[in-house]
Amino acid sequence: MNFWQRLGALDRRIIYTVVGLAVALPLLLKIIMPIRVSEPVLNAYKTIDELPAGSVVMISIDYDAASEPELQPMLIAVLRHCFKKDLKVILTGHWALGLPLGEMALNKVAAEYNKKYGVDYVNLGYRPGYSALMVGIGREIRDFFATDYRGVPLDSFPFMRTVHNYNQIAVLVGFEAGATGDAWVQFAGARFGQKIILGATGVVAPDLYPYLQARQICGLISGLQGAAEYETLVKSIGTATLGMPTQSILHGLIILFIIIGNISYFITRRRKK
Amino acid sequence: MIVNIIGTWIAAGLTIAILSFLYKDNPLYKFAEHLYVGVSAGFGVIYVWAFDLKPMLIDRFIENQGVERWILLVPAVLGLLMLSRWFGKIGYLSRLPLAFTVGIGAGLGITASIQGFLLPQIQATLLPLTTINNIILVVGVITTILYFYFSRDFKGPFKYLLELGIIFIMVSFGASFGYTVMARISLLIGRIFFLLSDWLRII
Repeated sequence: MNFWQRLGALDRRIIYTVVGLAVALPLLLKIIMPIRVSEPVLNAYKTIDELPAGSVVMISIDYDAASEPELQPMLIAVLRHCFKKDLKVILTGHWALGLPLGEMALNKVAAEYNKKYGVDYVNLGYRPGYSALMVGIGREIRDFFATDYRGVPLDSFPFMRTVHNYNQIAVLVGFEAGATGDAWVQFAGARFGQKIILGATGVVAPDLYPYLQARQICGLISGLQGAAEYETLVKSIGTATLGMPTQSILHGLIILFIIIGNISYFITRRRKK
Repeated sequence: MIVNIIGTWIAAGLTIAILSFLYKDNPLYKFAEHLYVGVSAGFGVIYVWAFDLKPMLIDRFIENQGVERWILLVPAVLGLLMLSRWFGKIGYLSRLPLAFTVGIGAGLGITASIQGFLLPQIQATLLPLTTINNIILVVGVITTILYFYFSRDFKGPFKYLLELGIIFIMVSFGASFGYTVMARISLLIGRIFFLLSDWLRII
């Protein structure tokens, strides 16, 4: 067995070990790389940045723990931006397992900016059946959320008294790990003209680009890279920014593996012939 | 504080148990996998009860009066009929709520797809061919649609249009796959970051 044949038959666990080291080492060395902000993320940032203080932003948590590494830094960065601009935040979610993640981020960032529950933000909680809910909010939000997640009536919160439907929501930001983003665009965006920004996992993001091109959404934050870009814009280094050097190194390593794998395959095939 | 520490250790243990599958399938991995499925299902049941059944049905039935109260029996009965699938002889009754759900889904979905996807996307493709990007977009859309036109066998010069369509489709698959790789790496980074920072506290 020659070198290339041996390389082709390499135990996959050796590759896993190399990948593990390539992830851990840059994190341990705390390498930081410059991050270039892309246009879709810049547009998302600008949309929120241009809102006057007191405007209402609805945030939808449409992911769960499986997508937390990508979407949680994004959510934290957007919340920091909202609270820095004195915007009012309404949190809701269509993924039952994701709502605690949203609540954790909301409580953490609200404490950083001394924001008070009920005055600066509310958490509406979860309701199943998102299509009907998205259409229903266009009529009256209280038909679906008469109370917040703790059962407190919405009208007992000062800023919620004037919020009835999409007309009072300046921007809707959906963090998407599935098809709920499409529903927001098709129900809230197309039917009610709601301004929408979507933050999505890398897997979902390519499907959302057509909405961006058609101007159906104002901005798109894609994957860990998008989260790192937003962190750069709000000037707060978080896990996304720290993870990007690892991401770049690992991409290089994967490309190298693909090239070596192909060379090994072609040389082995030629020798067999 | 102590709860957080215990939580972190449990999360770290389960992360390592799941990652141990990379070496080979083992009982620790199976335990973590089953635990995840069980906890997710339990969580879902609690959420549906706490955020849907109780506030939307039970509490409203107690609080409301007149028609608004009794109309709630309709979704309640439909919901109960869904459970009839468990009982062989009356299982057919579950078709009623299913038909209701499918009807609503189709009604909402069809209008949303046309109003919110098809028409805006067609509109966004009607572009002046004045820039390279616009030309690529329009040519890409036309050749991709042609590729899925199966009613006629394309020969001669039209064949090249189909081949161009395949190239656009492949580029799209490549972009999706690249994004997927990035996403999976991000998940690994997230878990390793958690182990190194929250658990071991070395970064």
